[in-house]
Amino acid sequence: MKIVVCIKQVPERDARLRIAPDGRSVDSAGAATEINESDQYALEAGLRLAEGVGGEVVALLLGPDGAEEAIRRALAMGATRAIHLNDAAFQEGDASANARALAAAAGAESPDLILTGLQSDDAGWSQTGVLLAERLGWPSATLIMEIEPPADGRIKVKRELESGWFQWITLPLPAVLTIQSGIYPVRYATLKGIMGAKKKEMKKMAPADLGLDPGQVGAAGRRVEVRRLYVPEKSAEAEILQGDAATAAATLVDRLQKEAKVL
Amino acid sequence: MAGAIWAVTQLEQGEPKGVSYETIAAGQKLAAALGKPLESVVLGAGARTAAAKVAARKVERVRVVDDPKLDPYTPDPYTAALRLAVEAETPDYVLFPHTYQVRDWVPRLAAALDAGFVSDVIDVRADGGEPVFVRQPFQGKLNADCVFAGAGPRLVSFQAGAFLADDAQKGESPAEIVDQAIDLSGVEVRTQVLDTFQEVENKVDLSRADVIVAVGRGIGKQENLGLVEELAAALGGQLAASRPVCDNEWLPMDRQIGSSGQTVAPRLYLAVGISGAIQHLVGMKNSGTIVAINKDANAPIFSVADYGIVGDLFEVVPALTAKVKETRGV
Repeated sequence: MKIVVCIKQVPERDARLRIAPDGRSVDSAGAATEINESDQYALEAGLRLAEGVGGEVVALLLGPDGAEEAIRRALAMGATRAIHLNDAAFQEGDASANARALAAAAGAESPDLILTGLQSDDAGWSQTGVLLAERLGWPSATLIMEIEPPADGRIKVKRELESGWFQWITLPLPAVLTIQSGIYPVRYATLKGIMGAKKKEMKKMAPADLGLDPGQVGAAGRRVEVRRLYVPEKSAEAEILQGDAATAAATLVDRLQKEAKVL
Repeated sequence: MAGAIWAVTQLEQGEPKGVSYETIAAGQKLAAALGKPLESVVLGAGARTAAAKVAARKVERVRVVDDPKLDPYTPDPYTAALRLAVEAETPDYVLFPHTYQVRDWVPRLAAALDAGFVSDVIDVRADGGEPVFVRQPFQGKLNADCVFAGAGPRLVSFQAGAFLADDAQKGESPAEIVDQAIDLSGVEVRTQVLDTFQEVENKVDLSRADVIVAVGRGIGKQENLGLVEELAAALGGQLAASRPVCDNEWLPMDRQIGSSGQTVAPRLYLAVGISGAIQHLVGMKNSGTIVAINKDANAPIFSVADYGIVGDLFEVVPALTAKVKETRGV
């Protein structure tokens, strides 16, 4: 079984974000990064499936040079090889432009399954996986909590619905699944995995390698544009209690008793 | 109608899902700003019956899109049905609630129509006649003003709670209801639904708790939970968590607060080591008094909190537990 897992590099969760001078993007120079959380779960799900039924996991990432760190990590976790869509033309794409590039690259691999995370922790469009399914003409399912090994050309998965409801469905392969965080505990890269990752194939690709015109990807191919990125004005400000831990704790108890009257 | 704004109503057991009225409220604001007519599209099994309820709201007309293939919901026929309707009527904007179901099929529609799709929008305004859609990327830490580029229909989904259902104005008389003819005979339904069910193990009903102490990723590891348990016990409250804590299996899923967990509004809510991603905030922001303890002074949780302590939870929580015990004599 051949599985392509799309991963994205995002700022680390606690990273201090700086708005770039263009006022439309985040200045990522020197910022700590990680593989997007739900993509880590997608990778884990892909690796488990491949280990169970035999096969390979190809990590696919669109991003600049610095995103190689995320690819190395995916290879260290167990991906067989990686494809890095890395070209100036890919920059500043929206979900639509990025999905066009990812669909071309993933489709060329003719996998049985493509996995993505549910949504990215930076842009948070929650569109990419489903967009690339439609571009490939494949069926898709989202918010996947469990995956059973495929049988008779179909795969059975458990979806999370709204209001505490769940659903078991089947869909024919090839298919795209977007993975919900928490599906399986994510493995750590072992030292052996980290050493082995250095020898694995990492193929860099540009639009022409995908049969795409540079005008179809990145800023030129987008349908949605971020005009301004800014720190939101806070509607209501919390009263921040000062002092060391003991002082702040004492003030809080006092406020909860006398002001909020909830203790 | 060409140039119209459509607000798509999602059905749940044949009834308009509550957030669909929020989408109508958002649509009314956009329609007023752009001077375009607003129509509602009711899509899915039982749409005809549900349309009467939607028609009470101030919309030009209600379009009914129903077909046996839309029951139960699966993405292929939903995508085909609305694509056919959009191609026939050429609306300028199609609006949705940002539900799990919408996320499952509307990106397909966007790709099929080659349309732009601005998802998870919290506000809309018109800058010199051009609509600007506000989103909250980076886990709600930043705001982004988004505009559409290029031609074609424009798709938008609105975050739950960004608009109020009650703000969806009623019309003076019920709106006209029309059947939208669509032919799904050639559409293959590839997804097969086997079973739809609720997990029975939702044992803890946090919605009845008076005091909740919720813990987030900041706790670091499962072994540290005792610290927060002690505080919850001292306050006579229930222990709860944000999604990452449950994803890591440090606490069971039935302790989870947020969009994929329980929605609560206790008298007192303490958020410990929770940054306050929107998925968490929607589950607790209506609590009486909210206290946040977090090391990051810029964490979004402080924007909904009444009191905040910026500091190391491993110092603050034990100090707080001691003080609460002393005060309450427990």
